[in-house]
Amino acid sequence: MSGRAYRSAAIAAEIAVPLAILVAWQVWTVHANDPLFPRLSTILVQFREMWLFSQFELHVVPSLTRIGAGFAIAVVLGILLGVPLGLSRWGRLLAMPHVEWWRAMPPPALLPISVALLHSIGNRQKISFIAFFCLFPILLNTIDGVRGIDPTFIETARSYGVRRLERICRIVLPAALPQIFAGMRTSLSLAVIMMVLTEYFSSTSGVGYVLLISKNTFQLAPMWAAIVLIGVLGYVLNLLLILLERRVLSWHRGWRAAEAQ
Amino acid sequence: MSAAGGGIVTRLAPSVAAAVSIAAFLVLWEAVSKAGLISDQDLPAMTTTFREFWSMMHTHQFWAAFARTVRGWAFGLGLATVLAVPLGILLGSSEFAGRAFRVPIEFLRPIPSAALIPLLFLTLGTTLKSEIFLATFGAFWPLLVQTIYGVRDVDPIAIDTARSFGVGRLERLYRVKLPSAVPYIATGLRISSAVALILAFTAELFMGIPGLGQTMNVAESFGLTAQVYALALATGFLGLGIYVVFSALERRALRWHPSQRLAGA
Repeated sequence: MSGRAYRSAAIAAEIAVPLAILVAWQVWTVHANDPLFPRLSTILVQFREMWLFSQFELHVVPSLTRIGAGFAIAVVLGILLGVPLGLSRWGRLLAMPHVEWWRAMPPPALLPISVALLHSIGNRQKISFIAFFCLFPILLNTIDGVRGIDPTFIETARSYGVRRLERICRIVLPAALPQIFAGMRTSLSLAVIMMVLTEYFSSTSGVGYVLLISKNTFQLAPMWAAIVLIGVLGYVLNLLLILLERRVLSWHRGWRAAEAQ
Repeated sequence: MSAAGGGIVTRLAPSVAAAVSIAAFLVLWEAVSKAGLISDQDLPAMTTTFREFWSMMHTHQFWAAFARTVRGWAFGLGLATVLAVPLGILLGSSEFAGRAFRVPIEFLRPIPSAALIPLLFLTLGTTLKSEIFLATFGAFWPLLVQTIYGVRDVDPIAIDTARSFGVGRLERLYRVKLPSAVPYIATGLRISSAVALILAFTAELFMGIPGLGQTMNVAESFGLTAQVYALALATGFLGLGIYVVFSALERRALRWHPSQRLAGA
């Protein structure tokens, strides 16, 4: 097969395989006629009825708020703590045992404790929980990113009399940014999982809550619609972050491409 | 390394700093609880928690639950490895297959496996099967993606050299591609080992499958706060143990890799 024919076949497969999977799903669910696995078309109709947009404000907005707030707090704290720790060896020696411990702790093991400590099953507990566990990937990546900076950059700036705060904003942060974004990507997918878990554990609103209630009342189409929505949320949020990363880091990619030549 | 050349003070500084830091945290925990800043119903004192942890360690029930959690984790991680590594090699070495399955993988990967719990309740029920399914599903994706990256990242010159020496396709796969993908697979294993534990615990906590998660759920519903904290401590130690073992494995796998040669020199 010539190179061109191969490439167009690959592109055709890239489009055909996902479609084939969807068709197979529909055919199988029609054929199986199992109430546990409603037809794909039924799920999609249910999806439109629930989420576009009659229950959007009631359940999707609270979930998105929790993810957004928790993730934002984690980003700010991760950078604010990560930069000084990256620059200070003693800071790292003192902080790393705690960072290593909490990043290895399986998050669901702290769900009951978070409810007890915060006296809340509302946004306060959910946002704190999401923020806490999203913090560690960002923090660790920020520390690594700051440590990886060529010290001559910082020394040069210092000898030109650039002040500490300006050195951090103009040199340290931009140089660590690619790695900070890598941490943010891990954290964002973690945020979606934490959202589901916290809304599942004790809640009165949110997509995870709808999922739980639909299961308890054997409403299988709504349950599937909630599963699909969580999948779509995870996918779209990840996509948005990648687009933001491309925009923010365009200088970095360009610089690397130029250096490679 | 500077530490090797330095005196005993420089060499001991990290361990001393770590010990001081951990001790300070534990003392703070004790003080906050003893001073009544947070009631001991919500935050049992550090000493109370560790006493509970210690007596828990002497019960048969604790170790039975612990073993069940480890079993769910091990089956999940093992099954995920058996499925993800060959599939990753296939999708990584064939551009055609890689592109054909790119979209489904990109779409399935970010789906939080926790969202599948209700479905598992209704299909596999509150059994070990559900726990293993959940752990496998979660652990599968990081391993698959890492394996694909690893196989794609093989030095093309090495492949061409092997080909021009007449090394066959299959032999190229396990003599050239696989060894150079090993560090990536090791990184995937480290990530997946943590994910599998999280999901095994989650299945136990939410579905009532016997294990540390279910024990914690029961302790919580009886208001036995000290036991909840002791179980969180035990789960944390399990997570830390898994992390230590798998990141040591990752460092070993990386040792001979070109990216590490400069750092080691």
